[in-house]
Amino acid sequence: MNAELIFSLTIFALAVFLGFELIARVPTLLHTPLMSGTNAIHGIVLVGAMLVAGTADSTLEQVLAFVAIVFGTVNVVGGFLVTDRMLDMFRRRPDRPDRAE
Amino acid sequence: MTLPLALSQNTVNLVYAAAAILLILGIKRLSSPATARSGNLVAAAGMALAVGITLFSPGLDRYWLIVAGIAVGSVIGIVSARMVRMTAMPQMVALFNGVGGGAAALIAAAEFHRLAPGPGGLAGDILAGIMFSALIGSISFSGSLVAFAKLQELLPGRPLTFPAQQVFNGLLFAATLAAAVAAAAAEKQVWMVALLSGALIFGVMLVLPIGGADMPVVISFLNAFTGLAAASTGFVLDNVALIIGGTLVGASGTLLTVLMGRAMNRSLANVLFGAFGAAPSGGGSPGAATSDGQMVREITADDAAVMLAYASQVMVVPGYGLAVAQAQHATRELADLLEGRGVRVKYAIHPVAGRMPGHMNVLLAEASVPYPQLLDMEDANPELGRTDVALVVGANDVTNPAARSNPESPLYGMPILDVDSAANVIVLKRGMSPGFAGIDNELYSNPKTAMLFGDAKASVERLVAGVKAV
Repeated sequence: MNAELIFSLTIFALAVFLGFELIARVPTLLHTPLMSGTNAIHGIVLVGAMLVAGTADSTLEQVLAFVAIVFGTVNVVGGFLVTDRMLDMFRRRPDRPDRAE
Repeated sequence: MTLPLALSQNTVNLVYAAAAILLILGIKRLSSPATARSGNLVAAAGMALAVGITLFSPGLDRYWLIVAGIAVGSVIGIVSARMVRMTAMPQMVALFNGVGGGAAALIAAAEFHRLAPGPGGLAGDILAGIMFSALIGSISFSGSLVAFAKLQELLPGRPLTFPAQQVFNGLLFAATLAAAVAAAAAEKQVWMVALLSGALIFGVMLVLPIGGADMPVVISFLNAFTGLAAASTGFVLDNVALIIGGTLVGASGTLLTVLMGRAMNRSLANVLFGAFGAAPSGGGSPGAATSDGQMVREITADDAAVMLAYASQVMVVPGYGLAVAQAQHATRELADLLEGRGVRVKYAIHPVAGRMPGHMNVLLAEASVPYPQLLDMEDANPELGRTDVALVVGANDVTNPAARSNPESPLYGMPILDVDSAANVIVLKRGMSPGFAGIDNELYSNPKTAMLFGDAKASVERLVAGVKAV
């Protein structure tokens, strides 16, 4: 095992625990927005697609990387926008003062 | 062409660390109602930072390809996220999840093509990462598309099964794993193609036998899958942003899946592999009998309105039928009218009412229903015993008493709303077709129950008119 792999595995292990801890106490009300929000976050795969495109040699690799970038971008952009629309529903409306939190 | 101001890898990694912190803060804020919206923005800012700095990575080329891809993807993402109706949100999440998984699989395929057969072969950890991303990413892609098709009703929501399905799926998965091992050992492209094809078919076969009622759990499960696939590409590309972002989703998504499964009193294994045994009865036509011949009682909107108007407590039980008919505003109007007459109105929200946990809360929030009126299952069930009229609007499986009483029922053991403990039950329903799980509901033949047939929105509007006339 090289040093880089050990470093990566350490980051991975810490991120697993962090992922569990972060949402351990989420109310049911937020389950759907949270799923949608984390769904957008795994769109980080776009970064990988960009790096692969940046080093692609053959036409086939370029095509694969291009489609991967499109997919990743749809995941990121669509994911965050849909989540924002959902959460917009929870905004307190000034015209409804009787609305409790 | 390389960008003139390409930064060093250390600088880029430093910015990735900052981006990771924003993603973590974003998820943290997303899990509390008051900060959720800003959390989404913080996470989006972290994502923008990570994507932006990647353009300045050392050795990066082909900017036209990258910029064109991002432009096309942005247009598709913006248009689809803006156009979708709130009711179709769950299938949209499934779709966005699927393309993320697809991206991970494509990255694996492209890297394998570039590196293999490499001079002297590839390092073991890179190969393992490529195979894992290709496998998990493909399963997530095709599985999410099937989930989308089921929720969009392009495919039937009931479980699709055939004889020896589990044996077939087991063999298919074994063959796919064998292809992965062969691809890693021989470093030949044909094995990669076999791996991708096998995994794509397996994803379809995995979700087909799962009933619509379980779809939220499946989407959450596939969401975690895509996270892990993204993390795995991070190992391939030695990129810390991918590892952190992907793993956070993999871990939190797994926990969310377990929480949902627990709410339905079913283990994940049971959801994935316990395809509902009984063949569902077809019966899609409106009529006055369940498919096993039980008679049900119909009621007119005016009679139902009188019952509601003179009740002291009404419990609204919303379900997917309310969502598809967009009846949340009409329901709110009905509740306001009843409250004006001194009737206490509450809403009983089953954890999986609608198509996803929390889906119903979103829809009712859209109609400005005050939070304190929304009761979750634990609070709603005791209240139902003190309720004069339970008004079931388009909910089915989550009210089926068979889940309590009939060990033969595929729903047996799932916690339900004890609607039948109310003094009277009015069920708003399009026809006598079974619910998303494809199972008859004995609630409908209960003597306390009266059925009001029709589109949920139209029926609620008739009730509104009826209450006004009382």
